[in-house]
Amino acid sequence: MVPVSDDARPVVEVTGATVRFLAETALDGVDFRMFPGEVHSLMGENGAGKSTLIKGLTGALRLDAGDIVLDGEPVHFGSPADAQRAGIRTVYQEIDLLPNLSVAENILLGREPRRWGAIDWKAMRREAAAVLGELGLDVDPASTLSSHSLAIQQLIAIARAISADVKVLVLDEPTSSLDLDEVAELFRVIRELKERGVAILFVSHFLDQVYEICDRVTVLRGGKLVGEYLTRELLRIDLVQKMLGRSADELVVRPRSEPVESGEEAMLDVRGLGRGRLEGVDLVLAEGEVLGLAGLLGSGRTEVARLLTGIDRPDDGTIALDGVVISPRNPRRAIGYGLTYSSENRRTEGIIGELTVRENITLALQAQRGIFRRMRHSRQKELAASWIEALGIRPSSTEQLAGTLSGGNQQKVLLARLLALAPRILVLDEPTRGIDIGAKVEVQRLVGELADNGMSVVFISAELEEVLRVSSRITLLRDGRAVATLQSDALTVDSLLAMIAQPDDGE
Amino acid sequence: MTGIPVTVERASASGALRRFFSRRASWIPVLAALAILIVMFIGAQAYFGNFLTPRVISSLLLDNAYLLILAVGMTFVILTGGIDLSVGAVMAFTGMLGASLLRDGLPVGVVVPVMLLIGAAMGLAVGIMVQYFDVQPFIASLAAMFAARGLAFMVSLSSIRVEDPAILWLQSTRIQAAPGSWFITPTGILAILVVIVGALLLAYTRFGRTIYAIGGNEQSARLMGLPVVRTKLLAYVVSGVCAGLAGVVFTAYTGASYPLNGIGTELDTIAAVVIGGTLLTGGSGYVLGSMIGVLVYGSIKTVISFLGAEQSWTRITIGALLLLFVVVQRIIVARSSRR
Repeated sequence: MVPVSDDARPVVEVTGATVRFLAETALDGVDFRMFPGEVHSLMGENGAGKSTLIKGLTGALRLDAGDIVLDGEPVHFGSPADAQRAGIRTVYQEIDLLPNLSVAENILLGREPRRWGAIDWKAMRREAAAVLGELGLDVDPASTLSSHSLAIQQLIAIARAISADVKVLVLDEPTSSLDLDEVAELFRVIRELKERGVAILFVSHFLDQVYEICDRVTVLRGGKLVGEYLTRELLRIDLVQKMLGRSADELVVRPRSEPVESGEEAMLDVRGLGRGRLEGVDLVLAEGEVLGLAGLLGSGRTEVARLLTGIDRPDDGTIALDGVVISPRNPRRAIGYGLTYSSENRRTEGIIGELTVRENITLALQAQRGIFRRMRHSRQKELAASWIEALGIRPSSTEQLAGTLSGGNQQKVLLARLLALAPRILVLDEPTRGIDIGAKVEVQRLVGELADNGMSVVFISAELEEVLRVSSRITLLRDGRAVATLQSDALTVDSLLAMIAQPDDGE
Repeated sequence: MTGIPVTVERASASGALRRFFSRRASWIPVLAALAILIVMFIGAQAYFGNFLTPRVISSLLLDNAYLLILAVGMTFVILTGGIDLSVGAVMAFTGMLGASLLRDGLPVGVVVPVMLLIGAAMGLAVGIMVQYFDVQPFIASLAAMFAARGLAFMVSLSSIRVEDPAILWLQSTRIQAAPGSWFITPTGILAILVVIVGALLLAYTRFGRTIYAIGGNEQSARLMGLPVVRTKLLAYVVSGVCAGLAGVVFTAYTGASYPLNGIGTELDTIAAVVIGGTLLTGGSGYVLGSMIGVLVYGSIKTVISFLGAEQSWTRITIGALLLLFVVVQRIIVARSSRR
């Protein structure tokens, strides 16, 4: 594509954007601009001010200071509806559509074609089909939204956004729940919109995707602007450095790959585990080992984790701990055996946002002790404070509501909750999903340290690179079966990918 | 051009079935309610031999006209994910007020609009508490229920007879609806009109679709730029107006107003709406379903009086049915969220 020269007129220009929450300045005099027909990425750690800037741009939040100029006209948005009318449309990370209504309504709600005051359903379906057709999507407009997969719902959300006159399209973490094929489909749609001259703001934690699709990057750090760059002129390592504001060599995590000595008694020995699609999964975990589970979405990664930790009960197979067969029939029992689980759904199955950090950390331990052995408040505080310090949770207040923390810090609070139980085995399901790269590295390092201290960890992640880096051995899952277990030294991302992608040969 | 995961299967028998399920899944609970109603009709006819007569069926509508009107209003509120416990008490209060105003000699042309306005005001009060003060709908409408009940007693502690010819005409006129002894009263016509207007509002207006949107996900509806505040307030106002209208109809039905009228009616109404296939979590359901729910409720009452059994059996049967429907709904919801 032809690079837009710097003197081309930006479609939207924000100058001196400042937002304060009480004493805290979330956004401090940030300038930001977008050009038509360009994909622009907003990068920064959690807490850098990305979402604040997006909210300001899309009318979800009022700027305390600063101006927004759209197409040369100064604008003020009091509500998301104002911004939408002006042509700035947003597709949020959690799909903000209505699962109970039809696809056509989800696309056109608020602008339904009407005849004599009544909604004209036929015209509505026709219009929706036309919009879907433009994006190359073959979806029945009359079907209920909830009958479609998340990926299609995401594309329908984009269809809604572009069905009206759109100048700026904001995509907030659109790929976080999509698999590779679905991401490719999304990118095809993005390129199509680019051709039409739409300015697209693409926010993602995945550097690969940013480099694949984006023309321009704006980096924020700590609420301030670091700079605006053309993607092709910016090296990855430089980008990361700008985001983190520290030198890049700190990022390299010490590789952990002490192989298990053969003949060593396995601490956890799982044989022939099966339930639903899972079939005959074998796992062996030694003391102080990090075992990675790799595989595509739907290969059974999470299912294995849930069976190990007593959330679901296996139909077949045995789980042996120290050579004794155990049955962790429910999470409580599993914790009794020292088996703990951190869910991939941090917000719904992990953190309780309305409770303080202290309460979140002491929750599981208190539950384990039972109501008659209540921990004193001072003891709770002490315990929470020690974990906050040990894991570097920020802000470091024990009384902060957990819901107000960034994703990375929430994950650390969850880890602290489990670690307070002094478990023997940690099962971490996507512990780094949706958190910024700095926190990611910290979580990875933490896992390594825990293993060094003798804890065994089952580490699940969709990012193969991460699995490779953290684990000493990797069990590969495909379609609900454990296909192979390999030393991670012997693997590269490419070879692992090749193995995952290998067609099933009915072994 | 099309991507890998987005192709919809077409043109096979199973495809057609899938199409039905992907488009019309929310009608399944309504069809279930209809099936139960039909089974009840057939069973009662087989047992009694004289159940499916024009007289009995016509009375079904007559005896439950007030409940039908309340159920339509309640459907609006439940679809937004709310609940309105005040309707029984508001019906009693507007009935009492209307009866006393009529006794004082005010013309019916003034009294009826006043009753509807009072209902609307009560509904608006609940809506404001819910929307602006962030009070749980359960609590807000509970407060309104106590207030309305108390106000009903303020009007009079004893029953007030209604002698206004126009009000009595609503009830006593028997319009021959079809050959035979089919009949319908003006109250029945009113109730049917309310159902039709309610159904059209929900299906064909932005207001109606916004109600469904709010029930689906209020936050999303707001982000989509829909008028959430106004719509939610209006849903409670609709329920309040329906309660006022039910006050008119119930007064006509009994020929008198009594401050203890309609105790527990709000729960009967909710039961009828739920049996009619509306999800208590909001976002899914139909006025037509609520009508079927009311007919199921009425038929149970009729069957039990045919049996000569105690009317307490009505409550027991309704309770059992309600349980069944809530469980069925849970299963449907659980299944759709697993996808």
